[in-house]
Amino acid sequence: MDKFHSLKGIAAPLPIVNIDTDMIIPKQFLKTIKRTGLGVSLFYEMRYDNDGNLIKDFVLNTSPFDQSKILVAGDNFGCGSSREHAPWSLKDFGIRSVISTSFADIFYNNCFQNGILPIVVSPENLDQLMTAAKNQIEFTIDLPEQIIKAGNHSINFEIEEFRKERLLQGLDDIGITLGYQDKINAYEEDKKNKKPWLFKDN
Amino acid sequence: MSNQGPKTLFDKIWSEHLVGQREDGTNLLYIDRHLVHEVTSPQAFEGLKLSNRPVHRPEATIAVADHNVPTVNRQNIEDPQSKIQVETLAKNTKEHGIQYFDLMDQRQGIVHIIGPEQGITQPGMTIVCGDSHTSTHGAFGALAFGIGTSEVEHVLATQTIVQNPAKNMRISVNGELPFGVNSKDLILYIIGKIGTAGGTGHVIEYAGSSIMGLSMEGRMTICNMSIEAGARAGLISPDQTTFNYIKGRPYAPGTEHWDQAVEYWSSLPSDNDANYDHEIVIDSSEIDPMVTWGTSPEDVVSVKGTVPNPSSAKTENKKKSIERSLEYMGLKPGTKITDIKLDKIFIGSCTNGRIEDLRKVASIVKDKKIASHVQAMIVPGSGLVKKQAEEEGIDKILKDAGFEWREAGCSMCLGMNPDQLKPGERCASTSNRNFEGRQGRGGRTHLMSPELAAASAITGNISDIRDFT
Ligand code: SF4
Repeated sequence: MDKFHSLKGIAAPLPIVNIDTDMIIPKQFLKTIKRTGLGVSLFYEMRYDNDGNLIKDFVLNTSPFDQSKILVAGDNFGCGSSREHAPWSLKDFGIRSVISTSFADIFYNNCFQNGILPIVVSPENLDQLMTAAKNQIEFTIDLPEQIIKAGNHSINFEIEEFRKERLLQGLDDIGITLGYQDKINAYEEDKKNKKPWLFKDN
Repeated sequence: MSNQGPKTLFDKIWSEHLVGQREDGTNLLYIDRHLVHEVTSPQAFEGLKLSNRPVHRPEATIAVADHNVPTVNRQNIEDPQSKIQVETLAKNTKEHGIQYFDLMDQRQGIVHIIGPEQGITQPGMTIVCGDSHTSTHGAFGALAFGIGTSEVEHVLATQTIVQNPAKNMRISVNGELPFGVNSKDLILYIIGKIGTAGGTGHVIEYAGSSIMGLSMEGRMTICNMSIEAGARAGLISPDQTTFNYIKGRPYAPGTEHWDQAVEYWSSLPSDNDANYDHEIVIDSSEIDPMVTWGTSPEDVVSVKGTVPNPSSAKTENKKKSIERSLEYMGLKPGTKITDIKLDKIFIGSCTNGRIEDLRKVASIVKDKKIASHVQAMIVPGSGLVKKQAEEEGIDKILKDAGFEWREAGCSMCLGMNPDQLKPGERCASTSNRNFEGRQGRGGRTHLMSPELAAASAITGNISDIRDFT
């Protein structure tokens, strides 16, 4: 998995609440069997008109925001389905961090699986960052220090230690868990005795 | 969470499935059953292949194609991409020795319908699926939640998931349900009350006499939409209703283990004095039949109500979001909900595509005709639901009333197959999401119960079942 250490750049403001996964990547793009190539379809219905032409005033279609690596968005970002296509499309577009006041659980988790850092800030801080983003002020996100800097704002954020480590080192989660194979096997043996109906062959 | 002291249903299932702690401090939770469908699994199988990893316990996984499948002609999937996706699932499951219900199998259907139907879903289990509405299975007192594709790969490779415990929330609904009010109204009401982020980080346990009085189908509708309330999962204590439902199903415990299983299941309900991080108590007499007016499931109002006015919003953000929704929905503030005219009716989905739902619809539309300006479609949740309905003559009643009778699948719940709304079309839908573009670009969705959708099909307007004779 890609590592994440720190990030510098302007941030795209998207002041809409409850941005759901259907908005991030609509269903017609879920038919792929690949993880890549979804960036052009990110926010498809806000980004393209019925004929497939770019909608000029949508923020990610305007310079310099079309190069943003950071997104600042309204409350409850990523609600809806479990589709990992949502973080895949963000990442394929180039977004490596999303800042909001809250995230839906599954989306939040999916981000970390893909080297994207979702950051939760207070509503007041979100307002400040939204304004800074609109004014094209450069953001710096420092994961080791857990700080977002934008102009004269300096905002600390929380992140669970294991998630931070995994991002910093780009660890392979399955590889780590397979290190506990013995424990998993022992668990199964124990349950086969105690709850045999769970091991009835399908 | 300590091992001593009173425990919630969630706490009990959690501690029973804890394999251990990894060095990074995270918990490894054992997964009893893994449901797999065509849309969120191809990249997971690809990942296994790339790292040369086998599936740890293939017999704990069951696969089915549902999201992408045509509901008219089953022999041929026209969309080449959908076709590849369905074929990829067939190939991957074969390669790894995983049970797959193919499109011609009568057991095929929406993954969350067939789990319970086959008796795969059982109390006290942990169940995951690369689909957010996995919460449905919580109706059986199973800890069931949606996961992303990377986690699907993790579960395939290890039969475990990396998780930290959720917080406990209990929502109790007490009292007899008023006439015309059913499980869909209950859950829409709850979402309206706590909001779509209200359950974030929590597992919601539904309790109280109104909930425990529901059938398994009704309980599934409630747990299904836990995700729309932002929760990780929904749970309902297993009881005799649950056991009766499971007994005798193909994957249920056989007679040799039945008593032992029931004894264990009976120990699962939350202890009386268990602690919840959050408690909500609702009196069911305050609930009306509910309908959504906007583009989030929390945008919900009584069918007797009106479309809200943005100027009444408490915050500037809320005001903007109402304005945005109303513009998308093509609605004016103050419009009576029952004055909203419809183009389409969709009955189906993992929320309301079970036999009980179809029976209710049939009883309402029997010997009537749908309004001439609406198109109505009914998509059974599984091949077996369809078969059962046909045996009961329900298909005939519905077809006579003017409904289209389809093959099983997700269909217009998300419109990945050809069943979609056209821009501006307005639909009464028994599904679970009214997001912008969900049922087709520019399509306008009003979520409601099967009863309301059936009544609305006849009148052509959103209708209150209580006024309908
Ligand atoms: S019916 Fe709808 S909500 Fe349910 S699994 Fe299918 S697409 Fe998802």
